[in-house]
Amino acid sequence: MSRVDLTDAAADLLRQLAGEHGPLMFHQSGGCCDGSAPMCYPAGEFRTGEADVHLGDLDVAGVADPVPVWMSRAQFEYWQHTHLTIDVVSGRGSGFSLEAPEGVRFLIRSRLLTDDELAEIGRS
Amino acid sequence: MTTYAAPGQPGSVVAFEPRYDHFIGGEYVPPAKGQYFENPTPVTGKVFTEIARGTSEDVDRAVKAATGAADAWGRTSPAERAVLLNQIADRMEANLEAIAVAESWENGKPVRETLVADIPLAVDHFRYFAGAIRAQEGSISQLDADTVAYHFHEPLGVVGQIIPWNFPILMATWKLAPALAAGNCVVLKPAEQTPASIHVLLSLIADLLPAGVLNIVNGFGAEAGKPLAQHPGIRKVAFTGETTTGRLIMQYASENIIPVTLELGGKSPNIFFSDVAAADDAFYNKAQEGFAMFALNQGEVCTCPSRALVQSSIYDSFITDGVARVEKIQQGNPLDTDTMIGAQASNDQFEKILSYIDIGRQEGAKVLTGGEKADLGGELSGGYYIKPTVFAGDNKMRIFQEEIFGPVVSVAKFDDYDDAIKTANDTLYGLGAGVWSRDGNTAFRAGRDIEAGRVWTNCYHAYPAHAAFGGYKQSGIGRENHRMMLDHYQQTKNLLVSYSPDAQGFF
Repeated sequence: MSRVDLTDAAADLLRQLAGEHGPLMFHQSGGCCDGSAPMCYPAGEFRTGEADVHLGDLDVAGVADPVPVWMSRAQFEYWQHTHLTIDVVSGRGSGFSLEAPEGVRFLIRSRLLTDDELAEIGRS
Repeated sequence: MTTYAAPGQPGSVVAFEPRYDHFIGGEYVPPAKGQYFENPTPVTGKVFTEIARGTSEDVDRAVKAATGAADAWGRTSPAERAVLLNQIADRMEANLEAIAVAESWENGKPVRETLVADIPLAVDHFRYFAGAIRAQEGSISQLDADTVAYHFHEPLGVVGQIIPWNFPILMATWKLAPALAAGNCVVLKPAEQTPASIHVLLSLIADLLPAGVLNIVNGFGAEAGKPLAQHPGIRKVAFTGETTTGRLIMQYASENIIPVTLELGGKSPNIFFSDVAAADDAFYNKAQEGFAMFALNQGEVCTCPSRALVQSSIYDSFITDGVARVEKIQQGNPLDTDTMIGAQASNDQFEKILSYIDIGRQEGAKVLTGGEKADLGGELSGGYYIKPTVFAGDNKMRIFQEEIFGPVVSVAKFDDYDDAIKTANDTLYGLGAGVWSRDGNTAFRAGRDIEAGRVWTNCYHAYPAHAAFGGYKQSGIGRENHRMMLDHYQQTKNLLVSYSPDAQGFF
């Protein structure tokens, strides 16, 4: 059981991006324009710290390194009851996220965690 | 009613070039790597021009051009720079329709707004900073009878500016006008969703600008934004966008120890105290309009009043009236002057809004109106239209906490003043807020108690040049608009001068 998952289309895109950029990471953004969306960077490009929560690692077939997913701790307070699935849609632009030049955009789809799932994960 | 012909069609007031390169050192230059990307209009989803895909080589060239121009430009008199800003404003005013239609076509916003708000505000902004720089004074401190500290305002040099897509020309102007007024040279990256309209503007004013003073490098954040923010020749970065990119920009800026100004969005509360409904009069009508303001610019505004907090004693009737008001908002072709709400700016934006409407429903919020995409038929079927949506729910829900950046308002009730302020401040952000009350004392206290950089009081979504705009909390750093914005584009030179012939006495 994990808090975060990805669709087949997102996995395909990660394979492509990993081939071009090497190991990857996600940080879920808040606020404004291109925000409220997962940002994909080369691993280590974005400095995470005490203000962030590590939601999990995505194991993607064909990608050597797991892809960690992060979110700011303050934002996680409001998100912790939901399960996140990283998907991809056609689109244009995404802050500094790596997929934008491909004409696509990562997108978060959410569902409520069930009581059983919450018990298993534990509210942090 | 007027419907403007689409750009490129017979009778249109504006035509886009088939391709836009970078504008560097006073001329258009192709991208170093020779790549371009397609630019679609959200009105129909169809591509209407292509744009140079900038990389670090292009950014480097632009910074060099700006650096070459910075010394001479920084030494021009305030009067000279003010004349230039006023000339830009005059050109824009004389070509208002063309710029407005270009902006509407590229962004999807109603031309009604670009004609009377976006572009006229941009014109006024240039004029405001033309005036402000003329009136700015340094200071002197008389330290003793023979010693004086002079404080001069000096430009920073070359600044980098990264522009959002929601008000492409107005947001560029917010950053450009004070930067140029203060004597800086600029390397500007437009948003990759809306890169073209600024080039329409540039085609009207390029001859006014000394070469290298304004440089535009198009492209994506990772390919062009990053090398701009990291460039050692840049003395400051200004960014409007979202929190994760904001942190990344700060991180890049720390590499060169340069300042940043950041505007990073919000989740603005709009508070309606019970006395707004004391009479069914002009003020009540104004407050109802204030409730519907979440739909302005399709909700793609950092200060979108996306959390309406209504006092419980008037909640039912106020929301009934509010929903009726929202249902009268005319959605349609953005180039029709009767249209009040147009298209979301891009497909991914459209999809993101729908995903939030989905999680809102899952969390148990009730859809009072809207809650789905709109198919406007014909050519517009390919565009990105969402019906203005009103949710009723609880402030802890994600639709109350995250910036959806669409025409979606989440409504909750409060019992008393303390409850209203507590709920209003229960957010990570603090950019804008609205307070509505007939009681000046209540309105004043609420305005002071809300943790936000701007509290509209008995009004909303006004953006005059002479009022400071910026965020508390995670909504950013620094301010835009107002004369104080000059401080973000200047540094202080202190000359500490002794007019005494006598030794200081240490040695």
